Amino acid sequence: MKVLMFGWEFPPIYSGGLGTACYGLTKGLEHHNVAVTFVMPKGPENITSKHVKLLVAENYFKNTKIRIKKIDSILMPYLTIESYEKNLYLEKQSPSKNLYGRNIFEEIYRFSERAKIVAQTEEFDIIHAHDWMTFRAGINAKKISNKPLVVHVHATSFDRSGGTNINQYVYDIERKGMHEADKVIAVSNYTKTIIVRHYGVSPDKVEVVHNAVDFSEEQTYRIEKTDKIVLFLGRITLQKGPDYFIEAAKKVLERDPNVKFVVVGSGDMEPKMIEKTAELGISKNILFAGFLTGEDVSRAYQMADIYVMPSVSEPFGITPLEAMKSGTPVIISKQSGVSEVVDHCLKVDFWDTDDIASKILALLYYETLHKTLKEHGQIEVKKFNWDIPAGKCLKIYNDLLKK
Amino acid sequence: MNVCFYFQVHQPYRMGRYTVFDIGNHSNYFDDQKNEEIMKKVANKCYLPTNKLLLNLIKKHKDKFKISFSISGVAIEQFEKYAPEVLESFKELSKTGCVEFLSETYYHSLSFMFSKEEFKEQVLLHKEKIKELFDQEPKVFRNTELIYNNELANFVEKMGFEGILAEGADRILSWRSPNYVYKSKTTDNLRLLLKNYRLSDDLAFRFGEKTWNEHPLFIEKFASWISENQGHSVNLFMDYETFGEHQWEHTGIFQFLEILPEEFFKRGINFVTPSELLKQEPKAELDVHNFVSWADEERDLSAWLGNKMQETAIKELYLLESAIKKSNNPKLLEDWRKLTISDHFYYMCTKWFNDGDVHKYFNPYSTPYDAFILFMNALNDIIIRLKLSQKETPRNPSFNLTDTPSSIMG
Repeated sequence: MKVLMFGWEFPPIYSGGLGTACYGLTKGLEHHNVAVTFVMPKGPENITSKHVKLLVAENYFKNTKIRIKKIDSILMPYLTIESYEKNLYLEKQSPSKNLYGRNIFEEIYRFSERAKIVAQTEEFDIIHAHDWMTFRAGINAKKISNKPLVVHVHATSFDRSGGTNINQYVYDIERKGMHEADKVIAVSNYTKTIIVRHYGVSPDKVEVVHNAVDFSEEQTYRIEKTDKIVLFLGRITLQKGPDYFIEAAKKVLERDPNVKFVVVGSGDMEPKMIEKTAELGISKNILFAGFLTGEDVSRAYQMADIYVMPSVSEPFGITPLEAMKSGTPVIISKQSGVSEVVDHCLKVDFWDTDDIASKILALLYYETLHKTLKEHGQIEVKKFNWDIPAGKCLKIYNDLLKK
Repeated sequence: MNVCFYFQVHQPYRMGRYTVFDIGNHSNYFDDQKNEEIMKKVANKCYLPTNKLLLNLIKKHKDKFKISFSISGVAIEQFEKYAPEVLESFKELSKTGCVEFLSETYYHSLSFMFSKEEFKEQVLLHKEKIKELFDQEPKVFRNTELIYNNELANFVEKMGFEGILAEGADRILSWRSPNYVYKSKTTDNLRLLLKNYRLSDDLAFRFGEKTWNEHPLFIEKFASWISENQGHSVNLFMDYETFGEHQWEHTGIFQFLEILPEEFFKRGINFVTPSELLKQEPKAELDVHNFVSWADEERDLSAWLGNKMQETAIKELYLLESAIKKSNNPKLLEDWRKLTISDHFYYMCTKWFNDGDVHKYFNPYSTPYDAFILFMNALNDIIIRLKLSQKETPRNPSFNLTDTPSSIMG
């Protein structure tokens, strides 16, 4: 079985959950003897991977002439319209060094054109495209090769925007991708519902494949600390609910002024969150650590006493699994895919900051609770091995090829 | 052949949203609205229709159809508050003379394992209530969830009971049959009545189960199974909620029950009550060191005391007992006693989670961890109330939040 896979990022070049998920899934597929050619638009010339044939479209086709129509835009895959203007302003102040530069529309178009050439050159049985940025590439590859197309939905416009101000351009691409695909994979039932309800896709066509977590060897760090630490880790955007985290922190600090809150990540809401922290008079207790990768992330999970994921809308949410793996008890939003499959955690409504704060305090003070959740969480998380979702994908490929 | 029916009637006080921030501010731990809703729902689906049906059967079959109940004190309280018509219908049943009421702990608690004194008080409270409502004085005791061992048998005999119910678990019977009356080995004369779990569970758990190879279970088949048995009596012990709540009406459980007596009579099967069985000469003595219960495959205490949270919660609860009783504060004692209801610990059970079998899992809270948090929050509030009643100034609750509140009491 050979799969031509289109993605947007792949470790070590990645910015978030999508890269992590693609890495884990392809590793799982390798265990099922599936050969994956993974194509992403940009990256360093010498990038390679042990378990996939990694193609960077830009480098691979350096000499191929593709005419690109330039559209000036700074839209990023995970930005919302609201943050667009702010970023435009920030861009003017200091041009960004973002992975994909200023022009995502251009990038998507270029990628989809190059996908045609990839589809002519590479050998494969099936096409698998991750999220809207790669859907056009997937559709083009299907047209050229006549091979079945699977689109994998890790997030929708409705998650990113909190349900309002949907970007029509992005929505149209998402919708087209889902309708042109032979099968749609959703990362949760939660996301399947959105796909069926908002994109008009028949439920029969959508298969739920929950994400998993990577169990590669990980270093255990010796961390000496005196303070109790509560962690937020994710993009600081509307979707991730950082404002609810700050509000809950305020309520906890009214009871116990010694707790420390660490916010790991960056995003368009970061300035607003820093301001809010100052307004509430809790700056001393809230540390904004910025965007971290690799071992710094592991260190953050290990250092924390509690991990909180207060997402407003989370298609899946791999981070709680990573925290559980590190033995850190988690409090997760019920509005998430991961809450469908995890039992050994505390579940909250993201807007219910009284409940979040109360549960943080309970975890900090009820030692038995902390210990039990830590132990049971570490046992439970073991069942979220990438071989399982990879096996489900393989079944989907096989079913499509039988048709 | 004889059949002895015993139905357990119980509804706990479920806890409501009680956060850390409520500690010290108010003490409404229980969700009155939810408890009322559930009581009314179960009354309509189970208690009222089944009581009516049983009353008709008793009238129809004169003195030949007999049954027994054990109703927890907290279920009775909730009937009084939310569904008095159910209590009336139980009184009607009692008046027929064909219905026996058994004794249990008022709060459906695990008190025997943690405080003999509290156990005794709860049994006496329940006894008074049964006397007051039904004018009966129970001679037979049944402990919460049929939890049983030698020590309990001794204690209960000293309290004046003549018989006790227990699970007919394989590990206490080995090759013996549950259909005989036994004597508890360490007692002088206490009769042991054992549940025939196969035949009981055919009704309680499997009746409506379409994947069961005996489904659908018709009364003729069931009656023939009963008549194949030998001994003093086949003891069919089960939750009363089997009728209409666990086995829904559409499974045909009511029609099954309606024709059950006459189908039994046809095959020479008669009905006896637990106290009638006390007259039987015991077949043998049974020696039971470790606790058995009627819960789950394990038939042990792991549903209530299987993890650290459950152990901590219940241990801490009983460590407060003497301070609570010394405080001479009836409302505080009542709230504390409501926390002794065994269901609170059952909701903290995580053993099914590990099997991934969440379907078996019945819980009013979203996780067992929530159950523990609610319980501990309530205990932390109880500490504040204790301090206040001792005329001590409680320290700021937020800094003393703990899952070992007994340590604060010193």
